[in-house]
Amino acid sequence: MKRILLIGLLAGISGMAIAGTNAGVKLDPVKIDLRDKPSLQNGARIFVNYCLSCHSAAYMRYNRMGRDLGISDELVKENLLFAADKVGDLMKAVMPAEDAKVWFGTAPPDLTLIARARKPEWIYTFMRSFYRDDNSPSGWNNTVFPNVAMPHVLYEWQGDRRAVFKTVKKKNVVEQEDGTKVEKVTETKVFDRFEQMKPGTMSGQEYNEAMRDLTNFLVYLGEPAKLVRYRIGVYVLIFLAVFLIFAYLLKKEYWKDIH
Amino acid sequence: MQKLIAWIDARFPLIKTWEEHLAKYYAPKNFNFWYYFGSLALLVLVMQVVTGIFLTMHYKPDAELAFASVEYIMRDVPWGWLIRYMHSTGASAFFIIIYLHMFRSLLYGSHRKPRELVWLIGMMIFVALMAESFMGYLLPWGNMSYWGAQVIISLFSAIPWIGDGLAEWIRGDFVISDATLNRFFALHVIAVPLILIGLVFMHIVALHKVGSNNPDGIEIKKRKDENGIPLDGIPFHPYYTVKDVVGVTVFLMIFAAVVFFAPELWGWFLERDNFIPANKLLTPSEIVPLWYFTPYYSILRAMVWDFLWIPAKLWGVIAMGASIAVFFLLPWLDRSPVKSIRYRGWMSKTALTLFTISFVVLGYLGTKPPEGLNLIIAQISTVLYFAFFLLMPWYSKYDKTKPEPERVTWAGTRPEEK
Repeated sequence: MKRILLIGLLAGISGMAIAGTNAGVKLDPVKIDLRDKPSLQNGARIFVNYCLSCHSAAYMRYNRMGRDLGISDELVKENLLFAADKVGDLMKAVMPAEDAKVWFGTAPPDLTLIARARKPEWIYTFMRSFYRDDNSPSGWNNTVFPNVAMPHVLYEWQGDRRAVFKTVKKKNVVEQEDGTKVEKVTETKVFDRFEQMKPGTMSGQEYNEAMRDLTNFLVYLGEPAKLVRYRIGVYVLIFLAVFLIFAYLLKKEYWKDIH
Repeated sequence: MQKLIAWIDARFPLIKTWEEHLAKYYAPKNFNFWYYFGSLALLVLVMQVVTGIFLTMHYKPDAELAFASVEYIMRDVPWGWLIRYMHSTGASAFFIIIYLHMFRSLLYGSHRKPRELVWLIGMMIFVALMAESFMGYLLPWGNMSYWGAQVIISLFSAIPWIGDGLAEWIRGDFVISDATLNRFFALHVIAVPLILIGLVFMHIVALHKVGSNNPDGIEIKKRKDENGIPLDGIPFHPYYTVKDVVGVTVFLMIFAAVVFFAPELWGWFLERDNFIPANKLLTPSEIVPLWYFTPYYSILRAMVWDFLWIPAKLWGVIAMGASIAVFFLLPWLDRSPVKSIRYRGWMSKTALTLFTISFVVLGYLGTKPPEGLNLIIAQISTVLYFAFFLLMPWYSKYDKTKPEPERVTWAGTRPEEK
C-alpha cells in the first residue's frame, strides 16, 4: 500500500480521479447573488422538498437557515420540517443512508459543502444535464457526471430528454512495441445536444431559474458566513484605513528629527 | 506607580529588560521595507496562538467528529468563522512573511558574522513552523488533509531499513487514522508551539546581543559617540515601534482583505478537496500540498532517475531534505568581503536573481503534474536552486565588489549629500 502510494506520488499519478469530473463538458455560468432572498428561499424550498429525501446537509441547522433567509421558526416548522422534530435539529436526510446504499449502490453524499467542494457552475450544469438512458440501472444518465447513481428527481419539471451523440474521428500516432509508429483512427462518441421527448411541467426557462435558485441556495449552505463577511470586511478595512492615516502621521512626527 | 515599578524592579529586571530590548536597543536608522517582516512574524505568531486557543475550545480531535466540529465552528460558534479564517489565513501569511524575512537576509547578508546564530536559530524556527503547519493541516480532516499527510508521511518509508517502521511509528497505524489525528493534535497545539516560542525568544535574545544588520551591511557599533551609543543607531522604542505600527496596519489591511473577501484565495489557502471529509477510498485527482511546501515538493518529484544503486524516490527525499538543510550552511558558504547586495558585483546579483526565480517556478510547478516540459523546467530549476548555494563559496569570493560606506545610507545616499 505504502509503496504503491509513493510510486504513484513520484509518477504524479494518484489513483483514481474523483468520480464525476468529466473534463470534456463545458459548464454553464450561473448568477450567484446571496442578497437575492426570494431566490434563496425558493432554493431552500426545493432543497428541503426534493434533495433532503436522500441527501443530508448534516452540518446545518433548520433554524439557522430560517434566520438567515428570513423564514420564521413557525414557517420552518410548518413547511420545511419533514425529516426532523425540532427547528434546532441538523438537516439529516429522510432516507437512512444504509437504505440508500442498498437502493442506489452508493450512499448519497452530504450536500452541506457541495458548492465549496465543486464549483456552483458544476452544480447548475449537472442539475440540467440528465437524460434518459435505458442502459443505466436508474434509467437516467448525466453528461456532467457520467453513470451517476442518482436518478433525475426533478424529471416532472424538466420532462424527458434524450442525449444525441455524434461520432468524432481522431487520428492518433501510436508507437508500437518495436518502435515503429502506426497511425490509428479512433472513433469517440461526443455529446452533441439534448432532445426533448416529453415536455415537463416547467418551461426550459422556468427550470433554469429553479436550478439557479437551488444553486444559489447551495452556495449559501456551503458558507452561511458569506452573508455577513463582506459587509463586516468593508467596515474593518475602512477602520484600518483611517487608523493608517493616524499611524503614519504619528510615525512622521516622531521621525522628523532623524536623518 | 513609581513605587510599584521600584518594588517590581527590586525583584525582577523590569527596567533593565525594557531598556535592553526596546528603549535603549539601538537599531540602525536606515531600515527599509524589508525590515517590517520580523515584527510582523511576531504578530502573526501571537495571532495564531490566540485564535488557536479559541479553536481548540470547539474542535474535536477524533476522526469521527473532527470534520463536523470544524463546520460547527464555521456555523454555530459565534464569530467562529472569523477565528477559523484568521487561523487558516494566518498560516499562509506566516509563510509569506517568513519567506520575505529570509529573503531580506539573502539581500543584505544578515546571516553573516556575527549573526550566524541568529540565522541558525531562525532556520530552526522555519523547520518547526513547517512541522507545525503540516500537522495543523491534518486537523480539519478533509480529504486533502488526509491524502496530503498520507503522501508526506509515506516519504519516510523511502529511508532504507528503518523507513517503514519509522513511518508506522509516526502514524501510530499502517495508514493515517484516528491515532494519527490525535497525536498530530497534541503536537500541533502543545509540543511544537512550545518549541516555536522558545526558539523565537532565543532568536530575539541572540539578535539583541549582536545588534541588527541594515541594508548597507555595515556594523553601526563600529562608530559610537562619547556615550557609547552608535552614531547611526536610534532607540528601537519609540522610533521603530511607531514605524512598525504603520507596517502592521498595512499588513492587517491585506490580511483582512483575504479573510473577509477571499479566505480560500482561489484554492491557494483552502483547497476545494478539503471541503470533502477524509475518505480513504476516494483519492483526490491530484494530491498537492499547500503552496508553501510546493517548492520542496517540486524538488522531490524532479528526481526521476535511479542512480548509484539508490532508487529515484530516495534521491527525491534526499534532495528535498537537502534543499532545506543547505540553508543552515549559508553563513559559511558566503565568502564575500561585503554583506549587502548593494556593494556586491554582478555574479552575486545574478545568482540571487536566478535563485529567486527558480524558487518561485518550483513553487508553481509543485501544484502541476510533473510531466513533459513541466518536469524538465522543474529539473533545471532544481539545479539552479542548489547551484546558488553550492557555488556560493566561489562566486561570492571572486565577485568584484564596491567599497562599503563608512556610515549607513538610504539606498546609497546620505541626506547631507542630497
